[in-house]
Amino acid sequence: MHTATRRSRSFYPLAVFFGLFVVFLYGPMSTIIILSFQGPDGGLTFPMNGMSLHWFRNLFETQAVGDFGGAFQRSLALGLIVMVVTVAVSFMAGLAFRHRFRGASVVFYLAVASLIVPSILISLGIGLMFNILGWQPAWYSSGLGAHLSWTLPFGLLIMFAVFNRFDRAYEEAARDLGATPWQTIRHVVLPILAPSLVGVGLFGFTLSYDEFARSLMTAGSFNTLPLEIYGMTTNVTTPVLYALGTVTTVFSFAVIAMAIIAVQVIRHRRARRGSDAGRAV
Amino acid sequence: MLHPLIAPDPAYVLLPKQGNSVSVGSVAQEAPAAAPRVAARRAGVAAWAPYLQVTPLTALFLLFLAVPIVTIVVVSFWDYDTVRVIPDMLLTNYRELLESPVTWRTYGNTLRYATMVWALTLAIGFAVAYFLAFHVQSVTWQMALFLLCTIPFWTSNIIRMISWIPFLGRNGLLNTTLIDLGVIREPLEFLLFSDFAVVLAYVHLYALFMVVPIFNSMMRIDRSLIEAARDAGASGSQIVRHVVLPLCKPGIAIGSIFVVTLVMGDFVTVRLMSGGQSASVGLMMANAMSLLQYPAAAANAVVLLLVVLAMVAGMLRIVDIRREL
Repeated sequence: MHTATRRSRSFYPLAVFFGLFVVFLYGPMSTIIILSFQGPDGGLTFPMNGMSLHWFRNLFETQAVGDFGGAFQRSLALGLIVMVVTVAVSFMAGLAFRHRFRGASVVFYLAVASLIVPSILISLGIGLMFNILGWQPAWYSSGLGAHLSWTLPFGLLIMFAVFNRFDRAYEEAARDLGATPWQTIRHVVLPILAPSLVGVGLFGFTLSYDEFARSLMTAGSFNTLPLEIYGMTTNVTTPVLYALGTVTTVFSFAVIAMAIIAVQVIRHRRARRGSDAGRAV
Repeated sequence: MLHPLIAPDPAYVLLPKQGNSVSVGSVAQEAPAAAPRVAARRAGVAAWAPYLQVTPLTALFLLFLAVPIVTIVVVSFWDYDTVRVIPDMLLTNYRELLESPVTWRTYGNTLRYATMVWALTLAIGFAVAYFLAFHVQSVTWQMALFLLCTIPFWTSNIIRMISWIPFLGRNGLLNTTLIDLGVIREPLEFLLFSDFAVVLAYVHLYALFMVVPIFNSMMRIDRSLIEAARDAGASGSQIVRHVVLPLCKPGIAIGSIFVVTLVMGDFVTVRLMSGGQSASVGLMMANAMSLLQYPAAAANAVVLLLVVLAMVAGMLRIVDIRREL
């Protein structure tokens, strides 16, 4: 009854609006996925000129479209490093921010600044810094730093939210049972927070994997994947561009799916073992 | 707006906060002898551990945020020729930047984009978040639909921009459909490589940055406040206007900061979607950088940073977001 009366007012127009929003989000993406299966004579727009995997094959022939394989490997490696560093550093900082310490607000404002300073400034600044110091920029040094400046604030803010809801009674209990601080973290805090840490990792990986502006002047002489794609937009006029878009999008979806599955596995394992770890979260 | 948001958020006060308050006291009461030792050990840990734990984060921010920004400020006073930068103490870069009418036009254009995108994403974000938070009754559906909205955020921005080309192009899906339907005779030229395309792409990319914080704010609103307003005779629109909207202001502010700063610093979207026909501050900087005119780009960067910080400070003066964090 209650639901029905509420729905009569604005439910339907808003539901339609929401539906249109979802179409707006996914529509363009699905057109390029469809178009990437163009026949060998097909162009960048509809109609479809046959169906084929021609452009996907074309994509993996290195000489045809630049260094897709190498760029993908670099982006993958960089994303994984950023993920590990983001999870570890944000988790430690999250632990620190549960206590009062001198300079806490300075660190907090640094994190906020890192979010609102335009990406191109970070790119220019790190590029100039390496230039002046005479260091060679590379994806694993300057590029890594530039990406971390974007992922760490997200990681930190997520850890704030997570620790806000974390019941410290579990830690007290562990401590009262004689656990050392390290044991408390290893056997109590980490298992409870594992799903959230998977989330932080997902943020770290995908933000890095898709980052463009911060890589621009920091990636060094070898392109990461978004730089490679950007280069292709200016000089490739065949559906191979869409094939690349499809491949990276499918890869991104696979990463998200893996993260969701990982969280489900953690939850399931807990339920099976009858552990109540994580119930508080 | 009716309520100044300085007043404490009633929802936040009313909702029981999970954790933190449980059982520490009772443990101490049951084992009085152990309490001082535990307290001392905790104090001992608290004294130095936080500094150690926060060191990696601080070091990374100093090295890859603070030092680069200082570098930009320093280099903005340097001289340059076609191949290198030369340490100096000049105001020429700023003078050339600020005296050029192109600069002012470009900043004006970028602000225009930011305003339009802000207004559109706010309207869309509020409606979408409102639907999710107040109309979707089951938590499972709520999370599923929220996830549906967030997934595109995890994919490449450049791919999402490119994906508009087959839709908006001269022979694109929209034009051919409209011609087939007999609505238009000639393809619409303004759809792609135009300001329209730029703003559309921005809204497509950044609407989510508005949806998520507003949704977050709405989920914190105590539903009994809505009931109370309804019992007091408020209409649906009055509830939105006088109850939901004021309580969402922190979320709106966070979303606005994200959207405005992202648009102000962007250059890829403008370059790709305007086909080189429009300018933005970021694009101006990127062009200077590609010509190795780093000090000129640095001066522009300093001005852009000041503009962005002033805008963020302005938004924070209107809305206090600290409670939300």
